[in-house]
Amino acid sequence: MSSADRRRPWLLLAPALVTLVVLMILPIGIMTVFSFYQFETAGVEKEVFTTENWREFFTDGFYHMFLWKTARVAAITAILCALLGYPPAYFIAMTGYKHKWLLLLLLIVPFWISFTIRTFSWIHILGEQGVINVLLMKAGIISEPLRMLYTEGAVIMGMIHFLLPYMILNVYVSIEGIDRNLISAARTLGCTAGQAFYEVVLPLSLPGLMAGLLLCFVLAAGSYVTPEILGSTRDALFGNIIFDTIMGQLNWPLGSTLSLVLLVMLGVIAAIYSRYMGLSRVFKGLGA
Amino acid sequence: MKISTTRRLERLTERYMNGGLDRRSFLGLTAAAAATAGIGMRWAPQAMAAVSEVRFDGWGGVVQEAIDKYAFQPYTAKTGIKVTQGTFGDESEIVTKVKTANPGDFQIVHSSGVEYYKRYVDGGFVSEINEANIPNMQYVMEAMIAPFRKMTPKLSCVPYDYGTTGIAYNTKVISEAEAKEKGAKLLIDAKYQGKIGGYGDMVTRVWYGALTTGQNPNDIKDMDAVWAAIRQNRDLVKKYWSSGAELMDLLAKEEIVVTEAWSGRVAALQAQGAPIAYLDPPGSYAWMEDMLILKGSPMQECEELVNFMLAPETAIAVAEGQNYPPSLDPTKVKLTDKIAKMPAFDPTGTMTALTFADPNYWSANLDDWTKQWDRISKGG
Repeated sequence: MSSADRRRPWLLLAPALVTLVVLMILPIGIMTVFSFYQFETAGVEKEVFTTENWREFFTDGFYHMFLWKTARVAAITAILCALLGYPPAYFIAMTGYKHKWLLLLLLIVPFWISFTIRTFSWIHILGEQGVINVLLMKAGIISEPLRMLYTEGAVIMGMIHFLLPYMILNVYVSIEGIDRNLISAARTLGCTAGQAFYEVVLPLSLPGLMAGLLLCFVLAAGSYVTPEILGSTRDALFGNIIFDTIMGQLNWPLGSTLSLVLLVMLGVIAAIYSRYMGLSRVFKGLGA
Repeated sequence: MKISTTRRLERLTERYMNGGLDRRSFLGLTAAAAATAGIGMRWAPQAMAAVSEVRFDGWGGVVQEAIDKYAFQPYTAKTGIKVTQGTFGDESEIVTKVKTANPGDFQIVHSSGVEYYKRYVDGGFVSEINEANIPNMQYVMEAMIAPFRKMTPKLSCVPYDYGTTGIAYNTKVISEAEAKEKGAKLLIDAKYQGKIGGYGDMVTRVWYGALTTGQNPNDIKDMDAVWAAIRQNRDLVKKYWSSGAELMDLLAKEEIVVTEAWSGRVAALQAQGAPIAYLDPPGSYAWMEDMLILKGSPMQECEELVNFMLAPETAIAVAEGQNYPPSLDPTKVKLTDKIAKMPAFDPTGTMTALTFADPNYWSANLDDWTKQWDRISKGG
């Protein structure tokens, strides 16, 4: 192999590598350096090596509690996304409707509207003067408005609203890739439609479902805007704690430490997934 | 880590002064840094060109609309210099942006007074204004200038307006008599659980925590009692708001019936016909805002703009538009009846009737209390 041949892969990879280094490795590196700086006062840090920020994270139960809470809320969101997302994904994949592209387009339509505006729209639906409460009160079903907004439920609902298309696309790609002859074979061998689904479609679509779960979990765990808008301060997630530390307390060293903690937690989960399922499934779903 | 050219030059000077660098190396490195600054910094071309715009960052909403309409637009019409505007909901947000930006990217900030002024000073973001270029400063109340001058004898800002954070309540639910009787304790009244709002800001929370426990907010003796009161309030609160727009939305939609509130925003709601009343309980939190000129700004143009904003006709129009009294001394400038009726208005020009945060006391506790408040607000 000539030296030109040896260089070619690197040249082709160079734009991606440079982008990765500049936009990901370097910022993470800077955050890592910051996490060992000493916080002096709001907005001012001293460039001396200290492990104080890491010690604070490891010894302070407040951060552990929020890390656990974030994982719990993200897991609930991801599971609900799976339950709500599987049926439409199955329908889109299996439908004989000739304009299937239209159904897929409908999935993408919400992305044309700003995520923040979509999140704010829930205030007018879940609020005390919102659509649900007004309708229920007018119908005489309730006399006092229900408290739905600024709760953990509202946060989870807002995140499902945002993440559901990702789940549907992942599952859809997985089901779409199943050889229809397998389903026909199952039916020919005596399976009911339900049995064919449980014995053939569901197991073969599991990789897509798992990829959707991972994606929804990771995006939900890193969420900041939704809890900020739809939750009370008690419904904050780890992202909000990082925001408070960096933007409110102006404590960049500790904020960097907490950011790295979240990064590591999500990285470990992605690594476990990759070990057993392979990350290529996620990329396949994203590329749908 | 990226460091600014200014910081690099400061470090070189420090090393040279400490004897860590010989004169030849110092001069060489300084020249190299200066050359880099001139050639490489992306803001250099703008700095060298004639200034055609000034950057302003404020609180948005009705306040900034009034400033834009009555100050910036006439200023642009007069001078041809455009005022580019940005907004922020929390001043820490703009401090962070300033910290990460190049000097001069952010120029004038509508800052929330003395407590925050210290953060800019500590961060090394402040400029030194030439007061001779702002002749309209003669109309500004000396009582408002003094706290800033105490921190930096050469000012970086000019006080511009003031107001109070009192209590707003829905008159359909809470009577005036009840509001007056309970005062700050309305915010911890279990009767209104789930209908209470609050400003998600440490200073306001601690201030009202002190008032509800009967303490002087500028000399708190029992901080544990204050944190307990804050927790009590937290457990009753439906939502801590983070911007004037959100405050108005929550009150107008009747999601909340009582909250601390900025007087000007309540006045704007009242003008819209909302059944909202405003009460300044004894010791209500008074604050002043200033126009802060940041380091690296085109000083002449910024000073000219600030001077224009302080001209009595401009400042009065802005004050009436934003519903906050101006920093103009009523003993020197005749203010309008509308301003005289605004909450917190001080006709004496001495500000003695209002309770402002003691900058030294609050600055000393700012970091710890902000951290503690962040925890409590999240259920800690």
